[in-house]
Amino acid sequence: MSNILEVKDLNITFDTFAGKVQAIRGVNFDLKKGETLAIVGESGSGKSVTTRSIMRLLSQNANIEKGEILFNGQDLVKKSEKDMQGIRGKEIAMIFQDPMTSLNPTTTIGKQVAEPLRIHQNMNKEEAHARALKLLELVGLPNAKNRMKQYPHQFSGGQRQRIVIAIALACSPEILIADEPTTALDVTIQAQILELMKQLQSKIDTSIIFITHDLGVVANVADRVAVMYAGKIVEVGTVDEIFYNPQHPYTWGLLASMPTLETEGSLYAIPGTPPDLLDPPKGDAFAPRNAYAMKIDTEYEPPMFKISDTHYAATWLLHEDAPAVEPPAEIKARQELFKKRYAEGHPVAEGGTV
Amino acid sequence: MKSYGKYLAKRLFYMLLTLFLIASITFFLMKLLPGTPYTNQDKLSEEQIYIMNEQYGLNDPVPVQYLRYMGGLVTGDLGTSFQFDNTPVTQLLSTRVGPSLQLGAQAVLIGTILGIVLGVIAAMKQNTWVDTAATFTAIIGRSIPNFVIAVLLQLVFGVYLKWFPIALWDGGFRSSILPTIALAISPLADSARFIRTEMVDVLSSDYIELARAKGLSRWAVAFKHGVRNALIPLVTILGPMAVALMTGSMVVENIFAIPGIGEQFVKSITTNDYPTIMGVTILYSAMLVFIILVVDILYGVIDPRIRVSNERGE
Repeated sequence: MSNILEVKDLNITFDTFAGKVQAIRGVNFDLKKGETLAIVGESGSGKSVTTRSIMRLLSQNANIEKGEILFNGQDLVKKSEKDMQGIRGKEIAMIFQDPMTSLNPTTTIGKQVAEPLRIHQNMNKEEAHARALKLLELVGLPNAKNRMKQYPHQFSGGQRQRIVIAIALACSPEILIADEPTTALDVTIQAQILELMKQLQSKIDTSIIFITHDLGVVANVADRVAVMYAGKIVEVGTVDEIFYNPQHPYTWGLLASMPTLETEGSLYAIPGTPPDLLDPPKGDAFAPRNAYAMKIDTEYEPPMFKISDTHYAATWLLHEDAPAVEPPAEIKARQELFKKRYAEGHPVAEGGTV
Repeated sequence: MKSYGKYLAKRLFYMLLTLFLIASITFFLMKLLPGTPYTNQDKLSEEQIYIMNEQYGLNDPVPVQYLRYMGGLVTGDLGTSFQFDNTPVTQLLSTRVGPSLQLGAQAVLIGTILGIVLGVIAAMKQNTWVDTAATFTAIIGRSIPNFVIAVLLQLVFGVYLKWFPIALWDGGFRSSILPTIALAISPLADSARFIRTEMVDVLSSDYIELARAKGLSRWAVAFKHGVRNALIPLVTILGPMAVALMTGSMVVENIFAIPGIGEQFVKSITTNDYPTIMGVTILYSAMLVFIILVVDILYGVIDPRIRVSNERGE
């Protein structure tokens, strides 16, 4: 499969009163045509900044220090604002986190859905209106025909997110960026929206970058997963590899802190807090919170070690000279399952359940 | 729509009730004013004053006078002015209210529109020299009294450049330009500051980011999605601003020799011209309650959320 998007050595800083915050510190990843890539990580790890930089919608105090964002071979970092306006909403579209605030309260939803069509496809009012209605029906908005003239406040949160998705899909974008699209919704609606996104992806041939901090959601929707920590991708692999054969201690921590049906007693939490990116620590940024940290972690940043063709992780534990460590019991059980299933020749997470 | 008609009817009833209360309170307060309507009282004999009072009905007990006045008011009769050659107050007002209304309306319209443009530009160029310049202009406009601006305008555009008449009212647009500018400065400054603050808020909201993600340019987003949302709070200050302009322009009217209603009001109070005081007060009040109604309707036009709550809960 060919790469539709390649992010290479992306570095982004923010100017603040306290100084330069190094939000993104050398991020590399690619997105293949038709796949769903999930980017996971805790708040402040740089997930949203990475995707905002793809849209070139960073705030004014942000600087792309270096790196390339190749979209179909063209570097988006070097595009003019005018060129980007032609790409946004047409070739790369975005779904936002909070549907309660992401629609304009004083404009009818019909108009808001029709707007990208009017901008990018030169449709007249009637054509755009008809297409907007089709889109709203596609995303499963009940009674769409009669509700085109209504305003956002007349819809529920789940309905609004459907409308936001309709806006994003209006011009059949090649890449759809979903920035925590279910975080602000309650759990039953979350499931509906995820189901909708899965359906839509099979109908429309689009690649999706799905940002979330909810690993349960990841297992449901993603083909591949990139784990971000302190402005870097620390582990990347297929869903199976990340869930059943994780290698980075941070991924271990994330997985262990996700409640499952079997969870008894208190839930595991990664100790400590993420580093201050005004002054990133020397060596591995995760070292201070890492029970498996070695001396080298405080001195040198680990490179990406290859585990398989699709699986990479940045931890010194994978170096040939590193001592063998015992991962947490939870992770070990997962790895055993992974080895067994792969030995038998069939993948683990069919259907996407964990 | 049926409920909207009901809403309007209800509002109209409250407007009339408000006017009735204002008229009643003003009537009794006015009677407490010291002095009499006669400027040359020393030269008048007791008898003459009695006859005059009798003619104007001023010898009757105050409640009787009140009832008589209110009776006239219902039929649209505001009485006869004591001072201005026995002219009926309605006629006095109707000839004088025109210039004041025209000036006030022009000033509000020009002031707020320019103010909105200035405020939006300042917000879009936030924290640049453009923003600073706009803020500076707004503060200057807000802090210099309009009569000072009026005199400066006369000096520059009337005396030196001779573009406009210095102090002349011929009912034409040309003669209204300088007073309009003088009056428009403060609403311009107010709305510019207001819109700037609101716009900065609105521009950082999620729906603006979504509009940008659709592929709209910053300015297109600001005008298509931003301004309307930033206008909502401005509407609130628009009402009192408009009334203040139409009623509070006495000094500017004097400077430009405009036969407006402000001048009349002051004169009527100092001379105890009861019918004129009542007439002008009722007119001002009527304007105020009417503008408040317009503002409430404007809210609904701009913000669909308010429209609906009106229709549901009135």
